[in-house]
Amino acid sequence: MENHKLYLYPIWLRIWHGINALCIILLIITGLSMQYGNIDYPLISFKTSVMIHNFCGIVASIGFVIFLVGNFISDNGIHYRFKIRGLYKRLFTQLMYYVFGYFKGEPKPFPITKENKFNPLQRISYAVAMYVLVPLVVITGLGLLYPELIFERFLGMSGVQITAVMHSIGGFFVSFFLMIHLYVASIGKNPLKNYKSILTGYHES
Amino acid sequence: MMKYCKPLLLVLYCFLSVIFNNLYAQNEPVPLSEDNLKCASCHGSKYYSFTNPLTEETNRKRMNPFFIIDTARYVSGVHRSFSCSDCHSYDYNSYPHPSELKLEPKFSCIDCHGGDETFAKYQFDKIEEDVNNSAHRNAFGTQFKCEMCHDLHTYRPVARDEHSKIKHIVVQDNQMCLNCHNDLSKYQVLTDHNKPELLTTHSWLPNQELHFLNVRCIECHTPTDDTIMVSHRILPKDQAVHLCSDCHSTNSILRDKLYKYAAQQSRSDNGYYNSVILNEAYVIGANRNKYLNIISLLFFGAALLGISIHIIFRIIKKK
Ligand code: HEC
Ligand code: HEC
Ligand code: HEC
Ligand code: HEC
Ligand code: HEC
Ligand code: HEC
Ligand code: HEC
Ligand code: HEM
Repeated sequence: MENHKLYLYPIWLRIWHGINALCIILLIITGLSMQYGNIDYPLISFKTSVMIHNFCGIVASIGFVIFLVGNFISDNGIHYRFKIRGLYKRLFTQLMYYVFGYFKGEPKPFPITKENKFNPLQRISYAVAMYVLVPLVVITGLGLLYPELIFERFLGMSGVQITAVMHSIGGFFVSFFLMIHLYVASIGKNPLKNYKSILTGYHES
Repeated sequence: MMKYCKPLLLVLYCFLSVIFNNLYAQNEPVPLSEDNLKCASCHGSKYYSFTNPLTEETNRKRMNPFFIIDTARYVSGVHRSFSCSDCHSYDYNSYPHPSELKLEPKFSCIDCHGGDETFAKYQFDKIEEDVNNSAHRNAFGTQFKCEMCHDLHTYRPVARDEHSKIKHIVVQDNQMCLNCHNDLSKYQVLTDHNKPELLTTHSWLPNQELHFLNVRCIECHTPTDDTIMVSHRILPKDQAVHLCSDCHSTNSILRDKLYKYAAQQSRSDNGYYNSVILNEAYVIGANRNKYLNIISLLFFGAALLGISIHIIFRIIKKK
C-alpha cells in the first residue's frame, strides 16, 4: 500500500471535536455524579457538578450548532448521509471485517478516501449520534435549564419529569456511543494512529 | 367546520373540569350561617357601610385590610362550622364595636386543642413544644403565636387531603411564611430590623423559583423528625439545610418531609426509587429507575465484554 496522507479533518472540525470531547466527558462524569450521588461519599459535590454540568452543557450546545452549520456549509456533511438500500448488508460486511477479517489481515471492505472517509458503521453511528442523540440531549438539557419553557404536564406526568428522563436516556446513549467510538478509533495498524489524525487532520494509510 | 372546533373543545374542557373538580372536592364548603353573614357583610369585603344613627346617613367606608376575613376560604376551613361569636364576644354584634372589646383576650389553638384526645393525631402538644424551641420564639417569646402562621379563619391541613397536589401544598405552606417574610408591614410588627431579602439570602440555590415551587421552606428550616408530621422547630439559620444531596439523593429528606403523607399512604414501588416523589416531581438523584439501571449496566457490560475479547484477539494476533 502506498503511504500517502489524506486531509480528512479540517481545522474547524478538529477544534469543534476537541472542545466537544472535553465537554462531553465532563458532562458524563458530572451527570453520573448527580444521578448516583451519595451524601456520604460525594465524588464531586452536587453543587459543583451542577455548575460544571451547566457550563459544559451550554458550551457543547453552542458547539453543536457550530457543527451543524459547518456540516451544512462545507461538504463535510455528505459523510453523514447514507442510503437505506443495501444498508444492512454494508453494515454486516463492516462488522464481519471487525470481527474476523481484521484479524486475518484482509483488506478493508470500505477503504478510506476523501469522498468516503467513514466506513458504513462509522457513518451510521456518527449520523445517529450527531443528528439524533446529541440534539435530543441538547434540547432536553435546555428545557431543564429553563423549565418555564417546557409544558407543565403531558400525559398525566410532569413535563420536567419526562424531559429529565429523556435527558438521562439520551445521555446514556451518548456515553455508550463514546465508549465504542473510543475503542473503534483505536483499531488500525497502530492503536494511536487515528487519535493522531483527529489532532493533525491527516489520515495516513 | 374547523371554526367550531375550538369553542367545542373549550366547552368540553370546561365540562370535564367541572366534573373532575366536583369528584375531587374534598372539604365540602358549607354556606355561611345567618350569624356569620352578619359579620361578613362588613368583614367579608374591602368596603362596608353602616347607617349613622346620629345623621341618619349611610356611610360607605374602607375596611382595614387586616380585618378582612376571606369568606370563600372560611367556608372550607377546619373551623367552618363555627359561628364568629363562638370565638369572638357576642358584643361584636353591635356597631361601632364597644371599645373594651379591643382588650378581649383571644383564644389560641392550644386553648382548645391542648391535650384534646379528639385531635391526638395532630400532636398539638408536641407542636407547641417545637414552637417553643423555634428560632422565632427565641427571638420574640410568646409574642410569636401560632396565629402568625395559621389563620384559623381559613386554615385547612391541605397536606392531609390525599387529593391535594404537592404543588398546591407547597404554595399554601410557603405562603404561611411569605405572608410575613415578604411583607414588611407584617414583619415589622415584630421587629424594627430591616427584612432580609429572601431572593438574596437564597441566591446560593440555583433555579430558585423552581425550588420554591417544589419544596417548602420548612423542608430546609426544620429538622427531620420521625415522630411528627410537621416539625415546628424552625432552626436558627446556620442550621438550615444547604447540602443539595440532602434532597438530591436516593435517601432524600423529602421522603420524610414533604412526601411523608404520600409515602405513608402508598408503599407501592413500580421500579422507581422514591416513586412517591416521582409521581409529582423529578428530583435529580432521588428518582432512579431500577430497570433502567439494570438495562444500562447490561448494555455497558456487553460492550465492555465485546471490547475485551477484541483486545485479547488483537494481542494474540500480534505475536
Ligand atoms: C357594620 C360593619 C361591621 C359589622 C356588622 C361587624 N364589624 Fe367588626 N369591625 C368593623 C370595623 C369597621 C372594624 C374596625 C375597628 C373598629 O372600628 O372598631 C371592626 C373590627 C372588628 C374586630 C377587631 C377588633 C380589634 O380592634 O381588635 C373584630 C374581632 C370584629 N370586628 C369582629 C366582628 C364580629 C365577630 C362581627 C359579627 C358578630 C362583626 N365584627 C361585625 C365593622 C363591622
Ligand atoms: C375558632 C375561633 C374563631 C372563629 C370561629 C372566628 N375567629 Fe376571628 N379571630 C380569632 C382569633 C384567635 C383571632 C386573633 C388572631 C391573631 O391574633 O392574629 C381572630 C381575629 C379576628 C379579626 C382580626 C382582629 C385582629 O386583631 O387581627 C377579625 C376581624 C375577626 N377575627 C373576625 C371574625 C369573623 C367575622 C368571624 C366569623 C366569620 C371570625 N372572626 C371567626 C378566632 C376566631
Ligand atoms: C375555640 C376553640 C378552637 C380554637 C382557638 C382553635 N380550634 Fe381548631 N378546632 C376546634 C374544634 C371544636 C374543631 C372541630 C371542628 C369540627 O369538627 O367541625 C377544630 C378542628 C381543627 C382541625 C381539624 C381537625 C380534624 O381532624 O377535623 C385542625 C387541624 C385545627 N382545628 C387546627 C387548629 C389550629 C392550628 C388552631 C390555631 C391556629 C386552632 N385549630 C384553633 C376548636 C378550636
Ligand atoms: C412559623 C410558622 C408556624 C407556626 C408559628 C406554627 N405553625 Fe403549625 N404549621 C406550619 C406549617 C408550615 C405547617 C404545614 C402545613 C400543613 O400541614 O398544613 C403547619 C402544620 C400544622 C398542623 C397540621 C399538622 C399535621 O399533622 O397535619 C397543625 C395541627 C399545626 N400546624 C398547629 C400549630 C400550632 C398549635 C401552633 C402553635 C403552637 C403552630 N402550628 C404554629 C407553620 C407554623
Ligand atoms: C433548599 C433549602 C432552603 C429552602 C427551600 C428555604 N431556605 Fe431559607 N435558608 C436556607 C439556608 C441554607 C439559609 C442560610 C443562608 C445563609 O446564612 O447564608 C437560609 C436562610 C434563611 C433566612 C435567614 C436570612 C438571614 O440572612 O437572616 C430566612 C428568613 C429564610 N431562610 C426563610 C425562608 C423562607 C421563608 C423560605 C420559603 C419560601 C425558605 N427560607 C426556603 C435554606 C433554605
Ligand atoms: C409573622 C411574621 C413571620 C412569619 C409568619 C414567619 N417568620 Fe420567620 N422570622 C420573622 C422575623 C421577624 C424574623 C427575624 C428574627 C430575628 O430578628 O432574629 C424571622 C426569622 C426567621 C429565620 C432566621 C432565624 C435566624 O436564625 O436568624 C428563619 C430561618 C425563618 N424566620 C423561617 C421562617 C419560616 C420557614 C417560616 C414559615 C414556616 C416563617 N419564618 C414564618 C417573622 C416571621
Ligand atoms: C429541600 C430539597 C432540595 C434541596 C436542598 C435542593 N434541591 Fe434542587 N430540587 C429539589 C426539587 C424537589 C426539585 C424538582 C423540581 C421539579 O420537579 O421540577 C429540584 C430540582 C433541581 C434542579 C433541576 C432543575 C430543572 O430544571 O429541572 C437542579 C439543577 C437543582 N435542583 C439543583 C440543586 C442544587 C445545586 C442544590 C444545592 C445548592 C439543590 N438543588 C438543593 C429539591 C431540592
Ligand atoms: C476523548 C474523547 C474522544 C476521542 C479521543 C475521539 C477521537 C476521535 C477520532 C480519533 C476520530 C477520527 C477517527 C474516526 O473518524 O473514527 C473522531 C471522529 C469523530 N468523533 Fe470523536 N473522539 C472523542 C469524543 C467524541 C465525542 C464525545 C463525540 C460526539 C458526541 C465525537 C464525535 C465524533 C465525530 C462526529 C467524528 C467524525 C468527525 C468528522 O470527520 O466529521 N467524538 N473522534
